[in-house]
Amino acid sequence: MTQTLVVVGNGMVGHRLVEILRGSSWRIVVFGEESRPAYDRVALSSYVDSWTFADLELPALDGCELRLGEKAVSVDRARKVVVGSSGVEISYDALVLATGSVPFVPPVPGRDLPGCHVYRTVDDLDEIRATVEAADRPGRRSGMVLGGGLLGLEAANALRGMGVSPHVVELAPRLMPIQVDDGGAGLLKRLVEKLDLTVHTGTSASSIERDGSRLIAKLASGLELDLDVVVFSAGIRPRTDLDLGLELGPRGGYLVDAACRTSDPHVFAIGECAAVEGVTYGLVAPGYSMAEVVADQLSGGARVFPGADVSTKLKLLGVDVASFGDAHAQTEGALEVVVNNAVAGTYSKLVVSDDARILLGGVLVGDASSYLSLRPLVGKEVPAALLQPGGAVDVEMPADAQVCSCYAVTKQTITDAIQHGVACDVAELKACTKAGTGCGSCVPMLKKLLTECGVEQSKALCEHFTYSRAELFEIVQATQVTTFSALIEKHGTGRGCDICKPAVASILASLGNGHILGETQVSLQDTNDRFLANLQRNGTYSVVPRIPGGEITPEKLIVIGEVARDYGLYTKITGGQRIDLFGATVDQLPEIWRRLVDAGFESGHAYGKSLRTVKSCVGTTWCRYGVQDSVGLAIELELRYRGLRSPHKLKSAVSGCARECAEARSKDFGIIATENGWNLYVAGNGGFTPRHADLLVSDVDTAELIRIIDRFLMFYIRTADRLQRTAAWLEGLDGGLDHLREVVVEDKLGICAELETAMESHVSDYADEWRGVLEDPEKLARFTSFVNAPGVPDPTISFRAERGQRVPVSLGIPEVVR
Amino acid sequence: MIVCDFDVLKPEQGVAALRPDGSQVAVFLTADGTVHALDNIDPFSGAAVLSRGIVGDRGGVPVVVSPVYKQAFELATGKCLDEPSVSVAVHQVRVRDGVVELT
Repeated sequence: MTQTLVVVGNGMVGHRLVEILRGSSWRIVVFGEESRPAYDRVALSSYVDSWTFADLELPALDGCELRLGEKAVSVDRARKVVVGSSGVEISYDALVLATGSVPFVPPVPGRDLPGCHVYRTVDDLDEIRATVEAADRPGRRSGMVLGGGLLGLEAANALRGMGVSPHVVELAPRLMPIQVDDGGAGLLKRLVEKLDLTVHTGTSASSIERDGSRLIAKLASGLELDLDVVVFSAGIRPRTDLDLGLELGPRGGYLVDAACRTSDPHVFAIGECAAVEGVTYGLVAPGYSMAEVVADQLSGGARVFPGADVSTKLKLLGVDVASFGDAHAQTEGALEVVVNNAVAGTYSKLVVSDDARILLGGVLVGDASSYLSLRPLVGKEVPAALLQPGGAVDVEMPADAQVCSCYAVTKQTITDAIQHGVACDVAELKACTKAGTGCGSCVPMLKKLLTECGVEQSKALCEHFTYSRAELFEIVQATQVTTFSALIEKHGTGRGCDICKPAVASILASLGNGHILGETQVSLQDTNDRFLANLQRNGTYSVVPRIPGGEITPEKLIVIGEVARDYGLYTKITGGQRIDLFGATVDQLPEIWRRLVDAGFESGHAYGKSLRTVKSCVGTTWCRYGVQDSVGLAIELELRYRGLRSPHKLKSAVSGCARECAEARSKDFGIIATENGWNLYVAGNGGFTPRHADLLVSDVDTAELIRIIDRFLMFYIRTADRLQRTAAWLEGLDGGLDHLREVVVEDKLGICAELETAMESHVSDYADEWRGVLEDPEKLARFTSFVNAPGVPDPTISFRAERGQRVPVSLGIPEVVR
Repeated sequence: MIVCDFDVLKPEQGVAALRPDGSQVAVFLTADGTVHALDNIDPFSGAAVLSRGIVGDRGGVPVVVSPVYKQAFELATGKCLDEPSVSVAVHQVRVRDGVVELT
């Protein structure tokens, strides 16, 4: 008979348990107090970037009975029944408590005032946002975060994302007192204070009072803070309000043994609500590990909790922080090797045994890139080189070292998957080992292991060039080659093909080499570029005039209608807020375009690997909710980047407020208005693998916005692979979004001036491609169906009517064996 | 049948010619000066577009690549290199007195 497992709690750990057990013989019922499906609480602060819940949502789990919005109110252990808030009673054979934790709110007078919040759930963030938006203050708003630990800094980051300047108040004498030592914390404080945070350590709030629309916090140090919002994130406590009459641990939490079982053999507890042999854990990785233990027990296994690695590596406010092993050198006789480079902004401390042979732990701040190599060496012999000043940290990792601590995946498991041919890239490794699918911090290590195992993805563009597209771009730029034949003669072999020719044509065009149908370029172009129109399945083309920002006068709309009517073109509104006219033959294209150009239209580059459109909502001009002129900006951007040839097509959109009607976050570069300026999101995508764009900069003015987009686009054009959209490019970029920000915002490579100059010359050299054809008889002459019968239409093309328009008659395709 | 003056052909490009029976031929000039002629209809899409494909080489073999679904056809034999069971007809073509003719 099927047995029933009831899971109380639908957080990350409960979700993980169900994920492992689904498909097993257990019938699974989940009680979730929040009405939302399970989500990634570790990434909570990123919710502020988009205010889109879906970005955080964990994969939906089928095959279990999910009772969302239903709290488990009591358990009758004698009858083995859980009672829900709706009155429902569910009998269980096994019960798993995964109730998580509750925020600890210190007993400060005034802590219940409106405007005081905790930081734990998506709803908390929504409430904080409502407080911040209601705040009536000129200029930047001010907030206080009580707690300078990991969670407190996360909360401060979330406040910054809402345009609030945060004060962080920490009782201990330093930030992150649990993970980081004094030296590291000193640097951390210096780095985060550059980011508009004010840090008050060694003090606490003694009271909070309301003063009109403000909150006034008095600190024990005597300081008074004038605030709009207060956030408590001073730690968590295991949540045990569901009283089963079970014993609790010394610091709270349902007391369980190493098998995560309470004194009642049918009841287990996992995650933050569990005290495993008396110890509670506030991190997700040990919680996952407990979920695995219970799943194994329920499947008849005997696995026990192996103890937890409480090492952490994270990026807080853009600052790398890592702590592992015995970070505070508490082992008897432990020695510390400290390198504190205040100029470079890096701090590292290694803790070793009294004979300097065994690595015990360490702290890294500012640069934690060596964490992945160091953490697995804890408890093992430490390479002597590490202890030298500037010692290399690139050391061989033992096979049993854990690479992914979220899913406890060892180096051995990963190298096995690679060597047995199960996985040959990061995506496949993620799929078959789960490594890298948690916090993602081990992804660079996965890449490194792939390389170490000899998996090398050829970067050669095609059989004619051993170079990647990015390398060819550099060659063309450095040698100022202007023709494909000169390039392939010197740097390639053979005559070229349909891969390298259009790629080189695109590079030549990005660097400005005149009309793309010039004598030496025309034979390189794919058919769409060659006829400046989009080839359709029957050999005809479609025509898309540019309609910048989607704004069009009635007169121009009428011209499009008349042209479509006169040439019998099927007409459809595109997703990019313009109009596509289908069914034009090669001969008709110049006639059609002469009429369009005369009416003031120009090429929409729908055929090119280049900027398509910049969509917009109606913005402040008409919309009651808009906060900026989205149409004006969209037109400005579309006119600036029109005709810019790139590795793949580029799409953009501008939304006039956070409601995001223009769907900017699905674009290569999307802009969303804020009350203070613009937020720029990059590397979004629709298509096969949808990706929400990442926030690159926020609250910038129009001039700064354009400067950063100039740099972003030029950097992409120079470094991306052929046909690689910005989304895939950013995913593959070493260092990811942070690196991108360092290059195009902070100018770490010192190339921004050059990128801007390149864009300026694109803008000043722009000329409409269709006008260029109409003014050049030689180019015009190429627009004939038949060289021996100009003007005779292609007899294979015919149309039929459908819903009042002409559509192609499907061609009699010869039987082709596939 | 006369296609066009040889000067009209450009290296590594194709043109289409209409035959009296309504069928179409794609004529290509390669970089080494050779002229090739194939059926213009792409067997995979049914569209008369092979003359608009990119001309180049695969492993040294001169090919045209269909602009629709990107299969490569050998210019000398009409054989599809991606689907060996498929091919297009080859037509005899010559250049006489500066004029390209189908024979």
